[in-house]
Amino acid sequence: MTRKILELSIKSIWNNKLRSILTMLGIIIGVMAVVILVSITQGATEGITSSISDMGSDRIKATLSGSDAALSVETIEQLADYSMIDSVAPVVSISKTVKKGTTTGSYAVYGITPDYFTVQDVEIQRGRRIVDSDIEWTTSVCVIGTDVATDLFGTWDAVGGTITIGERIYKVVGVLEEQGSSLAGVSNSSILIPYSTAARMTGESSVSAFYIKASSDETVDTAINVTEAFLLQATRDEEAFSVSHESSVLETMDEVDNTMSLLLAGIAAISLIVGGIGIMNIMLVSVTERTREIGIRKAVGARRRHIMFQFLCEACVLSVLGGLIGLGLSFAGIQIYNLIAGASAAVDWTAGGAAIAFCAVIGIAFGGYPAAKASRLQPIDALHSL
Amino acid sequence: MIRLKHIYKSYMLGDEAVPVLQDINLHVKPKEFVSILGPSGSGKSTLMNIIGCLDVADEGDYILDGESVDTCTEDDLAYIRGEKIGFIFQQFNLLPDLTAYENVEMPLLYHNILPSERHVRVMKTLAQVGLSERIHHKPAQLSGGQQQRVAIARVLAAEPSIILADEPTGNLDSASGREIMDIIKGLWRDGHTIVLITHDIRVADEAQRKVYVRDGRLTEREAGA
Repeated sequence: MTRKILELSIKSIWNNKLRSILTMLGIIIGVMAVVILVSITQGATEGITSSISDMGSDRIKATLSGSDAALSVETIEQLADYSMIDSVAPVVSISKTVKKGTTTGSYAVYGITPDYFTVQDVEIQRGRRIVDSDIEWTTSVCVIGTDVATDLFGTWDAVGGTITIGERIYKVVGVLEEQGSSLAGVSNSSILIPYSTAARMTGESSVSAFYIKASSDETVDTAINVTEAFLLQATRDEEAFSVSHESSVLETMDEVDNTMSLLLAGIAAISLIVGGIGIMNIMLVSVTERTREIGIRKAVGARRRHIMFQFLCEACVLSVLGGLIGLGLSFAGIQIYNLIAGASAAVDWTAGGAAIAFCAVIGIAFGGYPAAKASRLQPIDALHSL
Repeated sequence: MIRLKHIYKSYMLGDEAVPVLQDINLHVKPKEFVSILGPSGSGKSTLMNIIGCLDVADEGDYILDGESVDTCTEDDLAYIRGEKIGFIFQQFNLLPDLTAYENVEMPLLYHNILPSERHVRVMKTLAQVGLSERIHHKPAQLSGGQQQRVAIARVLAAEPSIILADEPTGNLDSASGREIMDIIKGLWRDGHTIVLITHDIRVADEAQRKVYVRDGRLTEREAGA
C-alpha cells in the first residue's frame, strides 16, 4: 500500500508538472546554493590548508621586532643546544637595492646560515647552496629565487653571473627551486647571502626572524616554550617577539572555516524553509482542490491516517525531488565553475546528503499541517463539494 | 441487519436548527431490497448518509449487524464503510485521474489485501459488469453507463454485505438506467442487501418493499399495497 501511495504522489506531481516545478524551485535553488557554495569554499580551504601544511608540522617561526631586542646570530644559534630543537635558522633582513647593469629591482634579501636550507626545506635547482666556508670566509656569493633569475638574467643562466646588492658585487652560485605560494619564509623573489657577509658589508647583524625545526612532532610544544623563555630572558620584553607554529595558523583557518560553514548552513536553512513554505502553500491549495477526492476515498473506507499519509507523502516527494534536482544542477554548476575558474572543486557529498535529509524534514514539517487538514475533512462535507 | 430507532437529525442554518429527519424507524432484513422514495428535500439523502455511516444521527439508535454505531469513532465508521457498505452514487464519484482498473482497486488499498488477491478481485468484478475491455480507460473516456458500472465494480471488489444506491440512474439515459437496474437486481439475487434511494416511482417499483420519506418522516407500506 505504501508503494501504491508513493506512486500516487508521483502521479499527482506529474499531472501538475508546471505547478510542481514552480513549487520545487525554492527547494532547488536552496539546495543548489548550499551545495555549490560549500563545495567551492571547501576546495579553497583545502588548498590553503595544504599550503600551510607544506611548512611542516614541526616548524616554528619566531619574529623579532624593536631595535632594543637586537640579538645576534650567535645568540640565536644557542637554541640548537636544546635537545628538543633539531636546528635553528636565523635570518637577517637586509634593505638594499639590487641591481644588474641598469636593471634594478626590489627583492627580499636575507642573510642566512647553511641550516636555513634544511630548516626551511628549500632545494637548489642549479648550482650550490651557501655552505659553512662561505660564512667563515665571508664570501660575496648569493643564491637567488627563480623570479630574480628571470628578471635580471632573462634566458641566460644566472649561475656564474653577478649582481649588485647595495654597493657590493655578489656572485650568483645557485638558483632555488620554484617555490609554491607559502605563508612564511622564502619566495621566488628572495635573495640569500651568507649572514657574515651581510654583517660585514651592510652593517646589519641583528636577527629579524628565525625558524626552528623541532626534533620531532611531539617536542614542538616544549620547543615553543623553550624558545619563548629563551627570548624573554634575552630581550626582557614580552612585546619584542612572537613565536608561532603552523598548527596555530591551522587553528585560525579552522575557525574561519567553521564560521563560514555555519554561515552557509544558516543561509541554506533559511532558503530551504522559504521553499518549505511554498510547498505548504501549494499543498493547502491541493487539499482544497481535491476535497471531493478525499470524500470519495473516505466513503470507500480510507481512514484518517491513510489520507494523512497520502498528502504527507506528496509533500515529501515534492521537497526531496526538488532537493535531488538541486543536487544534480549543483553538480553541473560546479563543473561549469571549474571550467571558467580553472578550479578543481568537487561536489561536497556530505553537504549534498545533509541538504537532501533536510529537504525530507522540511517536507514532513510543512506538509504536516495540510495533510492533517485533509485527514480531518468529514466525508459528507467532502463529497458534497464540487 | 439495519435497524433504525427514533432517529432525529437537524442541520444548523445560521442560528436556527432545521429538522431534517424526525423519529425515523426502519428495519431492513438481510438480503432484502428496499427502496426509499421521496421528493427532493425530503431528507432521504440524509437518511442514506446515516445508514451508510457517512454521517451520524443527533438522537436515536442505529444498530448495524447487531452492533450499535452511535458510539463509533470516525475511524471505526471508516472501517465499517470499507467492510460492510458499498455506495453507488448518482454522480458515479470515480477519481478522474485514475483508470477504471485503479478506481476499482482503490478501496482495496485501504483493506490490507495482498496485491495478487487485489488483481484477481479487480479483474473479476470488472468482468462481472462487462468492462474487461475497458480497464485502462479513464472515466472521461467512458460513457455514463460505463462509469456507473465501474462504480459498481468498485463496490463489489470490496465485497460488502449492504449496497446503498443513491439515485443510481439519475444521470443516465433510460437504456443505460435499465442496464444498471438489471445489474443491481442481479446483485440482490446474489444475496446482497440493497437500499435504493430515488424520487422515481418506476425505479422504486423494482424493489421488494418501498418506504416513503416526506418532510423528514417515514411511512412504510408494503410494495403493491
